[in-house]
Amino acid sequence: MALLTCQDLSLGYEGHEILSHLSFEVNKKDYLCIVGENGSGKTTLMKTILGLQSPMGGSITMGDGLKQTEIGYLPQQTVVQRDFPASVREIVLSGCQNRCGLRPFYNKEEKQLAEENMERLGLTSLKKRCYRELSGGQQQRVLLARALCATQKILLLDEPVSGLDPKVTQEMYHLIEELNKKDGITIIMISHDIEAAVRYADHILHIGKTVFFGKTEGYLKSEAAYGFMRGDGIA
Amino acid sequence: MTEVFGKIVLYWQYPFVRYALIVGVLIALCSSLLGVTLVLKRFSFIGDGLSHVAFGAIAIATVLDLTNKMPLVMVITILCAVLLLRMGQNTKVKGDAAIAMVSVGALGIGYLIMNIYSTSSNLSGDVCSTLFGSTSILTLTQTEVWICVVLSVVVVAVFILFYHKIFSVTFDENFAKATGTNADAYNLLIAVVIAVIIVLAMNLVGSLLISALVIFPALSAMRVFKNFKSVTYCSAILSVSCALLGILISIVGETPVGSTIVAVDIAVFALFCLIGMFRGGVKA
Repeated sequence: MALLTCQDLSLGYEGHEILSHLSFEVNKKDYLCIVGENGSGKTTLMKTILGLQSPMGGSITMGDGLKQTEIGYLPQQTVVQRDFPASVREIVLSGCQNRCGLRPFYNKEEKQLAEENMERLGLTSLKKRCYRELSGGQQQRVLLARALCATQKILLLDEPVSGLDPKVTQEMYHLIEELNKKDGITIIMISHDIEAAVRYADHILHIGKTVFFGKTEGYLKSEAAYGFMRGDGIA
Repeated sequence: MTEVFGKIVLYWQYPFVRYALIVGVLIALCSSLLGVTLVLKRFSFIGDGLSHVAFGAIAIATVLDLTNKMPLVMVITILCAVLLLRMGQNTKVKGDAAIAMVSVGALGIGYLIMNIYSTSSNLSGDVCSTLFGSTSILTLTQTEVWICVVLSVVVVAVFILFYHKIFSVTFDENFAKATGTNADAYNLLIAVVIAVIIVLAMNLVGSLLISALVIFPALSAMRVFKNFKSVTYCSAILSVSCALLGILISIVGETPVGSTIVAVDIAVFALFCLIGMFRGGVKA
């Protein structure tokens, strides 16, 4: 069974429907990129998958024993975070919150998990540093480490490279690819960077005026890709 | 110096001075704990709004001639905290306008009620002491002291037990929600605790100056410290020391308690800004 199945999904907020009859599924170890014009509903789709808002129609089903709270999420940075006085360790550890339930403090395992994920993303030397003093790429890695504390199965990334310079962007993509190929973590990524999307992802979901869902090879030949890759829809 | 010291020792023998110090320290401790969260979540305006609501509630309690005003004021303020939080979340009604409406409304109606129904001969004195807390800290009854002690213990306990949850919800509400933390419930908890703190703090600094007590220690600590835990500790220590110092100065120099504490808080904030600048790295 698929990890995540969206069936005839309609999305929107405050009564405005922005997407309708969307169906797709994500299997274990897939690398799916969601592309589309600004305002086509990419972030709304992601929020719906995360359960932050409810769909206006249709259904989202989790399979393979995936629980709603086991989705790791790398959000776009908020204003609040930019001047937040917190150390790297504190933030990464907060990813373990879903394991705690009502227990007020973290246990040894959770602290260990946070250490491992900091190690994995090369953050160990930074762990006492203040989050707001890190570079954009480092901050993204901190948030990625936090997401990895919350899940071992599936990561949702909302434009993980926006605002990063080309070199750091490449590093970020490699990191995500490694998590997908080596650790078998399913990736769902919203991206503006269509070239990187078709290079790294094995599935593409294009939403907007034309909708496409399928393998990347198929997408490259599709009509949706034609207009989009020429640069028509890229803002 | 000995003269000043002697004066403090002399005053220490009066129970009302001891009460004032105990209550002052407890209130300062409580109010500093959530300061960081309030500032970072952009909730400071809720604190300000609630303090005005508390003023309105005091006016009603005064008119009803209650011997113990705190329970009624507490209930009204907590209800308004919940209401304001709901309004803040509602995207259709602009949150800040709604809060301005409620807070100014409560202030106006409060004064009106006091004016129409009050039997007191010294109306402006009453209003002034409610707004600036000039004397209420020195006229606490033993019951009020106990209520204050119990509530402070509850506030501190809640804060310690939910420290990590409050951290997650403050840092990234969406992430917390997506991974199964009931962020709305914690926001509600934060709002209720703020309401409790504000009602407590009214005794110390009066309703107009409460926000200063909540926000200054947190802002000062954030200039210098760089992780959540040290910021929290630092702001608690700062808040308690400023309150103590402020109360002592006001006893010796016969200045109003609330505004003296706020003045000390401001001085410490300036000092910490300087320290932050010298250490570098922390941007304003």
